[in-house]
Amino acid sequence: MVDYINLFIKAAFVENLALSFFLGMCTFLAISKRVDTAIGLGLAVVVVQFITVPLNYLIFNFLLKDGALAWAGINDVDLSFLGLVSYIGVIAALVQILEMTLDRFFPALYNALGIFLPLITVNCAILGGTLFMVERQYDFGESVVFGLGSGFGWAIALIGLAGIREKLKYSDVPDGLQGLGITFIIVGLMSLGFMGFSGIQL
Amino acid sequence: MTDSNRKVLIDPLVDNNPVLLQVLGICSALAVTTSLLPALLMCVALTSVTTLANGTISSIRHHIPNNIRIIVQMTIIASFVILVDQILRAYAFETSKQLSVFVGLIITNCIVLGRAEAFAMKNNVRMSLLDGLGNGLGYSVILIIVATFRELLGAGTLFGSQILPLVSDGGWYPANGLMLLPPSAFFIIGLLIWAVRTWKPKQVEHADYQIHEVHRTEVL
Repeated sequence: MVDYINLFIKAAFVENLALSFFLGMCTFLAISKRVDTAIGLGLAVVVVQFITVPLNYLIFNFLLKDGALAWAGINDVDLSFLGLVSYIGVIAALVQILEMTLDRFFPALYNALGIFLPLITVNCAILGGTLFMVERQYDFGESVVFGLGSGFGWAIALIGLAGIREKLKYSDVPDGLQGLGITFIIVGLMSLGFMGFSGIQL
Repeated sequence: MTDSNRKVLIDPLVDNNPVLLQVLGICSALAVTTSLLPALLMCVALTSVTTLANGTISSIRHHIPNNIRIIVQMTIIASFVILVDQILRAYAFETSKQLSVFVGLIITNCIVLGRAEAFAMKNNVRMSLLDGLGNGLGYSVILIIVATFRELLGAGTLFGSQILPLVSDGGWYPANGLMLLPPSAFFIIGLLIWAVRTWKPKQVEHADYQIHEVHRTEVL
């Protein structure tokens, strides 16, 4: 149990996907102008990440890995080179299914997430989470926790940045830095802040 | 080379840079820039994927049904990325280990999908190839500048060979460890944007709000 909590904290804070691996930066910078939209997108990422990482774990271990097809009686087939196509397919399909399910059963949540759901397909934080899971060879339980933690960390960073950018209206930024430039500097400072967590021994 | 061709190729380098102006493809851009060699390899990988994907998508653009175009584009891009990934693993195994997941992440790099969607779906193969090449180079320019700064100031080396002698080895340059950590990449890009926009004032974004100066006399 303690292992899982450690992994969660590590995925969410110490190795924050947005601030220390630069994943999902495009969406991160584009959708951080207002806090309420940031919360919507953050929520969507947590949900999708929580489902795709374990799902891709199952696909990798039971279909693609070297010798993974042993349960079907085929022993020496290594399909791991098909990994990238399968993962992105799973993510795209899952986002589509999630969109339809939410639309049918939870219209309020669907309206809140709205346009952010399709955007998630091309969010590298999602694909990145899956690829890290494969590279670090997590087991099933760990991949569930890692999915949840990394999504949560990304959402926290996004909401934090949106809060700062809302307050930024009151500052007088030099012309050349206006907009994108100052946002980068702020993200840099946030990332510096999050590096404080790296001193935590887990 | 005609004028419009040159424009398509040269424009993305400074005037319409995909990273600095369109905010595309930053995701994988920053993580690989701690030293120059992996950054350079990443540039080559991305440029070839964008060019090839743009060309392929453009050549079949009349046969792609509109409502499933994203999936078709994704599949084409993913196939090229797999190709590049396998080649890197075969011929540059050590560096491809350093790039870890970031080669795979070229699939979700918004430059590739963005150019496919915005340019290759509407233009002929020749122009699309040039556009892909141009945008790939625009991305590469930024990556190389950032990587040069980070490796030179962070470790005093370029391509792994010592340029600035470090204090720890009896030289005069105290290594700046921050440059090797994630925050510095953000700072360098931020400053780079500032520099480019001071040089080309047309790119300056104007705030959608304005600071209104109130003079004391008005209040009274």
